[in-house]
Amino acid sequence: MNTDPTARRTYALEDFTPGRQFQLGPYPVSAEEIIEFASAFDPQPFHIDEDAGKSSVLGGLAASGWHICAITMRMFADSYIVDSTSQGAPGVDYCKWLRPVLAGDVLHGQSTVVSARPLMSRPGLGAVKFSHEVFNQRRELVCTSENTGFFGSRNAGEVH
Amino acid sequence: MSGFENLMIGERLEIGRHSFTEEAIIAFATKYDPQPFHVDTEAARRSIYGALCASGWHTAAVWMRLNVDYQAAQAARLREEGKSPPVFGPSPGISNVKWFKPVYGGDTITYFNTVTAARMRPSKPDWGIVELHSEGVNQKGDPVIAFDNAVLIKT
Repeated sequence: MNTDPTARRTYALEDFTPGRQFQLGPYPVSAEEIIEFASAFDPQPFHIDEDAGKSSVLGGLAASGWHICAITMRMFADSYIVDSTSQGAPGVDYCKWLRPVLAGDVLHGQSTVVSARPLMSRPGLGAVKFSHEVFNQRRELVCTSENTGFFGSRNAGEVH
Repeated sequence: MSGFENLMIGERLEIGRHSFTEEAIIAFATKYDPQPFHVDTEAARRSIYGALCASGWHTAAVWMRLNVDYQAAQAARLREEGKSPPVFGPSPGISNVKWFKPVYGGDTITYFNTVTAARMRPSKPDWGIVELHSEGVNQKGDPVIAFDNAVLIKT
């Protein structure tokens, strides 16, 4: 992985034009990973025990919603964030967990650029708003979200 | 109505605190958010954050862990008092997530919950919904994270 902040990136602020889409995934979600994440961060029975998951309203060993967020972040990272001038994010407007993500599911989806604007308060930096959809292997929508990220301008050089 | 009666609406409750180490920040971010300022100490120093800082999802996930532990402790206390603890189900989602400031290695974050609303759902009478506002504050008293969330609760 290239972590040199001065290296040229494929995606800068100017490349996030409204309507542009980025494909996410595929990301296979294993039982082991569900249990590992939930044991650390969300040890509710339906996230760490297969039988408890089956008898719960989720219908099986199900990933924590926070794990779905983390996986989605990883899919953003691999699709466009790591190879961009990303300078982090101030927050997330919303994230809806619409369907359980069960062990064995394979997630994919897309990020769509909603808007992009330079920040008056931080020359060389801009805010890009995205909407995201994540589906499982049956093309069922499992998660939708919208968030804003900060990206350096193409010509700003190194952002400080 | 086993779950609703012991909720304290409007009261801001401290649910716990957690110290973030550089090792844990790098381990989480390597798996889920491998941006230079979350995984590379040198690159982070040259970024707008000035030092290695936690993925916002890491800061949020730690809230969930403390929340689960807090609810378990509350349930045990209520049972000791002969009361029925709330039974929580899944959550439909989160909103208004704000990462105000970076969380650096060595920072200790104290997390709070405020129950903002609790309501029945006529369509699904077995499970009501509780709305929460959650916050994290660092050791200097600066807010680092806030968000709204909801959880199903057995009626």
